[in-house]
Amino acid sequence: MVVLVIAIGCFYAVPNLFGEDHAVQVVATRGAEVTASTQARVNELLASKGIAVKRSELEKGQLLVRVQNADQQLLAKEVIAENLGDKFTVALNLAPATPKWLESMGGSPMKLGLDLRGGVHFLMEVDMGEAIRKMEEAKIADFRAQLREEKIRYAGIRSNANGIEVKFRDAESLASAERFLKSRSNDMVFSDASRGEDFALQAVMSETYLKQIKEEALQQNITTIRNRVNELGVAEPVVQRQGAERIIVELPGVQDTARAKEILGATASIEFHMVDDKADPNAAQSGRVSAGSEVYQRREGGTVILKKEVMLTGDHITGAQPSFDQYSRPQVSINLDAKGGTIFSNVTKDNIGKPMATLFIEYKDSGERNADGSVKMQKIQEVISVATIQARLGRNFVITGLSHGEAQNLALLLRAGALIAPVSIVEERTIGPSLGAENIENGVQAMIWGMAVVLLFMLVYYRGFGLIANIALTANLVMVVGVMSMIPGAVLTLPGIAGMVLTVGMAVDGNVLIYERIREELRAGRSVQQAIHEGYGNAFSTIADANITTFLTALILFAVGTGAVKGFAVTLMIGIATSMFTAIVGTRSIVNAIWGGKRVKTLSI
Amino acid sequence: MLEILSLKNTVNFLRHALPISIMSAVLVLGSLVSMATKGINWGLDFTGGTVVEMEFTQPVDLNVLRVQLTTPELDGAVVQNFGSSRDVLVRLSVKEGVKSDVQVKSVMEAAQKVDPQVQQKRVEFVGPQVGKELAEQGGLAVLVALICIMIYVSFRFEWRLAFGSVAALAHDVIVTLGVFSVFQLEFDLTVLAGLLTVVGYSLNDTIVVFDRIRENFLKMRKSDPEEVVNVSITQTMSRTIITTGTTLVVVIALFLKGGTMIHGFATALLMGIFVGTYSSIYVASFLAIKLGINREHMMPVEIEKEGADQPAMMP
Repeated sequence: MVVLVIAIGCFYAVPNLFGEDHAVQVVATRGAEVTASTQARVNELLASKGIAVKRSELEKGQLLVRVQNADQQLLAKEVIAENLGDKFTVALNLAPATPKWLESMGGSPMKLGLDLRGGVHFLMEVDMGEAIRKMEEAKIADFRAQLREEKIRYAGIRSNANGIEVKFRDAESLASAERFLKSRSNDMVFSDASRGEDFALQAVMSETYLKQIKEEALQQNITTIRNRVNELGVAEPVVQRQGAERIIVELPGVQDTARAKEILGATASIEFHMVDDKADPNAAQSGRVSAGSEVYQRREGGTVILKKEVMLTGDHITGAQPSFDQYSRPQVSINLDAKGGTIFSNVTKDNIGKPMATLFIEYKDSGERNADGSVKMQKIQEVISVATIQARLGRNFVITGLSHGEAQNLALLLRAGALIAPVSIVEERTIGPSLGAENIENGVQAMIWGMAVVLLFMLVYYRGFGLIANIALTANLVMVVGVMSMIPGAVLTLPGIAGMVLTVGMAVDGNVLIYERIREELRAGRSVQQAIHEGYGNAFSTIADANITTFLTALILFAVGTGAVKGFAVTLMIGIATSMFTAIVGTRSIVNAIWGGKRVKTLSI
Repeated sequence: MLEILSLKNTVNFLRHALPISIMSAVLVLGSLVSMATKGINWGLDFTGGTVVEMEFTQPVDLNVLRVQLTTPELDGAVVQNFGSSRDVLVRLSVKEGVKSDVQVKSVMEAAQKVDPQVQQKRVEFVGPQVGKELAEQGGLAVLVALICIMIYVSFRFEWRLAFGSVAALAHDVIVTLGVFSVFQLEFDLTVLAGLLTVVGYSLNDTIVVFDRIRENFLKMRKSDPEEVVNVSITQTMSRTIITTGTTLVVVIALFLKGGTMIHGFATALLMGIFVGTYSSIYVASFLAIKLGINREHMMPVEIEKEGADQPAMMP
C-alpha cells in the first residue's frame, strides 16, 4: 500500500522534471476556425523561415506549435501573425514538455502562480450603484409610459433615497395607479407614502430583483472581460468572479499593463440599421453603393449593405436573454427602455416585412501606438444578425430564426454592447518575468539548503533511523509535488514554495517524536521490538493532535487568504497530510521490513 | 547514541516560571505599548497604494532618484533599496483623483532620467477599500484561528489546558507583532501568513507537552501537578529542541536564500518560533497549573484511550 501510494505520488511528480517548451498558440476569433489546413499552413510557413518545429498539436480549436527557443518563438509569432490575418490571435506560450504518454495518463506539471511566471493580476470591481441607478432610471421611464397608457394622472415621478416616488393629486388616482403598477411590475415593492394632502406611492426594488441586477451586472462584465481577454491573445488567462461584485483577471506573461487595461476597458456598442435592399449586391462587391448606404462585413462571412441612418443605438437595450418561442425554437428576447421603445415602434411600423440588421461595434487594439504612447484603437464593425421585421415592435421584442448557439451568442453580444455597470480596477499586481524566474531560483535555493542541513542532522543524530526518516522526508516532498500537480486548481506560488520548505522542517517532527519515544522506551529497559512498538503507538496521538491543529490554522488561512497566501495554505495542508502518512506509515513499514520479527539486540537510533 | 540533551533527572522548569512569566507579561505589555504608540508599519496590502520595484543597471544613489520624484502625483513617495543596491522600491500612497498608472508612469520616467536602461520589475496597486478589507479579514483570521484551536483543545484535552494554550498563542502573536512594531518592519499579507503559521507551530509544541502531561498525570498517581508538569517538560525537551532546530534551519534558509519577497514571512516565523517554543513550555503549562489542573481533569478523556494503551500504563 505504502509503495503504491508513493509510486502514484512519484508518477504525478515526474512531469515537473521535463520543464517547458517555448510555444506559439493560435486561436481563432470572429467566426474563423483553426483546422488541419491552418496547421499545415503554419507548419509550412515556419519551415520556409527555417524555424524547426518540435511538435505541433491541434486541440480544442487551438493550435499549439512548440519551437526550440525564445528567439525562434518570437520570430514564429511574427511570421504566423503576419500571414494568418486578423481572424486569428497568435500568442506566446510556455507549454509543459511532458511526454505524450504521460500526459495521456493525466500527468501534468504544477501550475505556477503569477509571482513565479510573471504577469499581471487585476482585481476589478463592478460599480453596482451605477447598475442599480440605471435600472431605476429605466423603471421610472416605464412607470411614466405605463401610467400615461392607462390614463392615470400623476403629478411627478422621481427617484429618492429609497427608490422611486410617484406623486398624485388625489387618493383615487393613487389607488388605481398602485393597483395597476403592482400588476405590471412584480419585481418592485409598492407602499403608500402619502403625507397628509401629498399623495405619493413609493416603489422599492425587491431583494430578489436587486440580487438579480447585481448578478446580471457581474455576469455581463465577466463575459465581456473574458471576450476582451481573448482578444489580448494571452495564453491561459484567468477570469473569475470573487464574491458578489469583484472579478479577478490574471494574465500570465503580460507585461504591458497599460495596454491590457485599455483593452479591458474598451467599449463595445450596438446599433440597429435597416438593410438597404434596393442596392445592387454586385455593385456592393466593388464598393459602389448609394450615398445613404454602406457596405458592412457579416460576422459569419460575406457582406451586407445597410442604410447609414441609425434606427436605434444599444444604450436603449436594458436586457437581452436567449429564450424559446411557443414552438420551442430559439430566439433572443430584447428589452428596451421606454424611450427606445417609442423610437423603435415608430421606425418599425413603417418597415414591416423589411430586413433589419444588428451592427456590433467594437474597439480593438490595433497593435500600434499613438504619438503619446497610448494604444491606438481600431474600430471594428460587424453585422451580427439580419432579421425581418414581422410586426410593429415595441419595448419588448424577439429576434427569431437563429440556432440555439446563435441565440446565446447574440444575447451575450447585445448585453456586452450595453454594459450596464462600469468596472474599476481596485487591485493590480505586475510581476516581471525576470523577477518570477528569480523567485523560483530563490525558493529552490532555500529548499536545497534547508533540506540538506535537515537531512544531514537526522543522519548524524539518529543514524540508521535517521536514514529512514530521510527517505520518508524525500518521499514526502515528492508526494507534495505530486499532489500539487494532480489537483487541477492548485497553483504553486512563492509563499507556496516557502510552505514546502517549512513542511520539510516540520515534517521531521513526526519522526523525532517517534524516535525520541523509542529511545525513552529503550532507556526504560524495554526490548527492541517492544520499544519500536511503543514508540510508534504512543507518539501517534501526539502527532495526530499536533498536525490537526496546524491543519486547522492552514484551513483558516486558506479561507481568508487571497492569491499567493492561498497558495501557501494549500501546500501547507498537503504537506501536513503527506507528512503524517510518510512519517508514520511510511517509516513504520521500512522499520518493519528491516527489523520486523527478528531478534535484535541494539538499534541504530 | 548521539544526544543533544541527556537529562537523567527531572529539571524543575517551573521553578523559573514566575520570573519568566513576569518577563512574558513585560514583553506583552511592551509590545502593546509599542503598537499603541508607534503603531505597525502596515504594508501595501493593508493600507492600499502603489509599489513600483525596479532594477537599475548599476547601483544608484537613492537621493539622486528622490530628487527626480518631484511631480505632484508622487508627493510623499518612499524610496528604498530592496534586496540589492541596484533594486529600488518606490512606495506611493493613494491620491484622490490620481490613477495609479499615472503614478507608475511618472516614477518610471523619473527613473529613466537617472538610468535609461532601468527595468520595471514589479508593480502592485491595492485600492484603499481592498486594503481595509484585507486588514479586517486578517484580524478575523487570527481570531477565528484562536477560537477554533480553543474549541479543539477543549474537546481533545480539557478547558484549562485549552485556555493555557490559547493564552500562549495570543502571547506569541502579540510579541511577534510587538517586534514588528518596535523595529517598524513592514507588515504585509505574507507576514500575516507567517503569523498564522506561528500560531500553528507554537500550538504544535504546546500539544506535544500537554499530551505528555496528560499521560503522566495518569502514570504518576502520587505526584503533585507541578512535578508532573516538570517531568513532562523534561521528557519532551530533547524533541522540542530538535524540532525547533530543524524548523529554524529551514526558516533561516528561507530568510537568507528565499529572496526579498518572502523576507517578511521568514522574519515573522523566525521570531515566532523562538517565542512560541518557550511560551508553550512556560506560558501554557504555567497557566494550566495556576488554573488548578489536576489528575481528575484528565480522567474522562482518558478512559477511551486506556484500553488501547493498556500495556504502556504498567511500567
